[in-house]
Amino acid sequence: MFPRPIQKSSTPAQWLYAVALPVALILWLFPLLGVALTSLRPASDLAQGNYFGMPSGIAWENYLYIFTQTPIGQYMVNSLWVTIPTVIGAVSLSLMTGFALAVYGFRANILVFFMFVAGNFVPFQILMVPVRDMTLQLGMYDTWYGLALFHIAFQTGFCTLFMRNFIKALPYELIEAARVEGVAEWRIFWFIVLPLMRPAIAALSVLVFTFIWNDFFWATVLTQGVDSQPITAGLSSLNGQWIAQWHLVSAGSILAALPPVLMFFLMQKHFIAGLTLGAVK
Amino acid sequence: MAQTTQPVGRRLTQRTLAPWLFLAPGMFMFTVYVLWPIVQSVTLSFYDWNGLYNGQGQFTGTFVGMGNYAELMSDPAFETSLWNNLKWLVLYMLALPIGLFIAIFLNQTVTGIRVYKSLFFFPFVISQVVVGLIFAWFYAPNFGLFYLLTESVFGKGTAILADPDLVTYGIIVAGLWPQIAYVMILYLTGLNNVAPDQIEAARLDGAKGWRMLWYVVLPQLRPATFIAVIVTVIGALRSFDLVSIMTNGGPFGSSRVLSYYMFEMALGEYGFRMGYGAAIAVVLFAIMMIFISGFIWKMWRDEKER
Repeated sequence: MFPRPIQKSSTPAQWLYAVALPVALILWLFPLLGVALTSLRPASDLAQGNYFGMPSGIAWENYLYIFTQTPIGQYMVNSLWVTIPTVIGAVSLSLMTGFALAVYGFRANILVFFMFVAGNFVPFQILMVPVRDMTLQLGMYDTWYGLALFHIAFQTGFCTLFMRNFIKALPYELIEAARVEGVAEWRIFWFIVLPLMRPAIAALSVLVFTFIWNDFFWATVLTQGVDSQPITAGLSSLNGQWIAQWHLVSAGSILAALPPVLMFFLMQKHFIAGLTLGAVK
Repeated sequence: MAQTTQPVGRRLTQRTLAPWLFLAPGMFMFTVYVLWPIVQSVTLSFYDWNGLYNGQGQFTGTFVGMGNYAELMSDPAFETSLWNNLKWLVLYMLALPIGLFIAIFLNQTVTGIRVYKSLFFFPFVISQVVVGLIFAWFYAPNFGLFYLLTESVFGKGTAILADPDLVTYGIIVAGLWPQIAYVMILYLTGLNNVAPDQIEAARLDGAKGWRMLWYVVLPQLRPATFIAVIVTVIGALRSFDLVSIMTNGGPFGSSRVLSYYMFEMALGEYGFRMGYGAAIAVVLFAIMMIFISGFIWKMWRDEKER
């Protein structure tokens, strides 16, 4: 193990480590902690210049205010309307593409695979004008499905890479044996491979959920009104209205951050398994 | 069993057809939304177009050949964006050593370490919009923590987001925060898989500290380093959200990057210059292609080794 386990060091070193850990964590999360505290600070404190001192009270009303006086609740619902269909769509499509690329040795296999991988890395801006134009032409501009359809297509690239590598690591004999028995290809997919894919599906679902929930660029390009804008774009426009009302900006930020954070804590193992794909041989 | 066994010929056609049927929906979506738009953007970069169609629904753009690219060459805003992109690329690489350092710091087995690891990872999970707002508050003039800090050290506060010379660095620091967290998690996973016997053997040979890290540990972390470089380069070149949230490219356009400048040209307040925007996107795409090809080349080599 590297570095040497701290338990093998001297007692003072162990004490030092025990102190350094929480201190480092607080420093690391300092900006976030500051914003979390500001979100609960009464507006009067900020007006009097009390930004970092003891708050004069805990102001849950900041949260009440943004829920009742701004469309933030609607924005969060909109986000779900984009995020959940995208997760279902991208995972389903990539289960199939991943299966095709992992199990069949046809000639164009590697070419198709690299196409998905490379497409996944292109800058969004090279897609922006045509995708926006097409979405407009199809009458899907400013709708949740217009945004979700794009996300499904784009995320399929990353998900295919993941699924393909996952299926490749499954024992191939399973598929061979089924073929000898004369099982149809789609049945092999459905009854043999799919039940083994649960960890991969879980990992990709949390990752895609987080990516899409946090997306700002496409939300700006493909939606504009309160009825369809997701939380990221909504928060940005609210920020424009709340000039210097940092207690509101903070409360909004904390709300927008909450769902992916919860997702991460609930599904931590899967989340990290998905992100670190390829980091070990 | 007899009724389920199919004639050999039919099974073979099924097996040649099956992959394409499985691929069809995914490839269709990917072609329509990713591959084809790339071709369209490249084509569009040779046109002057305001994004509109005439009454008959016909494209109204005019062909200008290399005109957009020629204009880019003498556009000071483009030059600023390009320079800033370079700053992003270089400084973003700091995420690697810092991420590795934190990973090594956290790679212990004391009680509660798992919670520490996930809390250190936190910044990566939250949206860049939120990160941008958090740092805007951190940098805010007169009361922001950073401002107060510089005031107490230098006697005069620095409003970093209002300073044309410093603004890009301020935004890069905000971007590094989640990026370091990502790199850290990659290295933590890598460190978990370092072969313990090699470490022990090296230790017996008297290797420790930096020498151990450089000669024994880092070579084993190469897959993690590779992924970390890739995601950091992509992160640096995709830097749109933070610029948009924190400064809108200002002050005086000094914090623009290519991704943001492209958006400004095509959809921003300067009017809808789709062709010019597309040309900027093509330049960004070309830069990214250098890294994408490197990645694909390495993947291809690994595939052949298997």
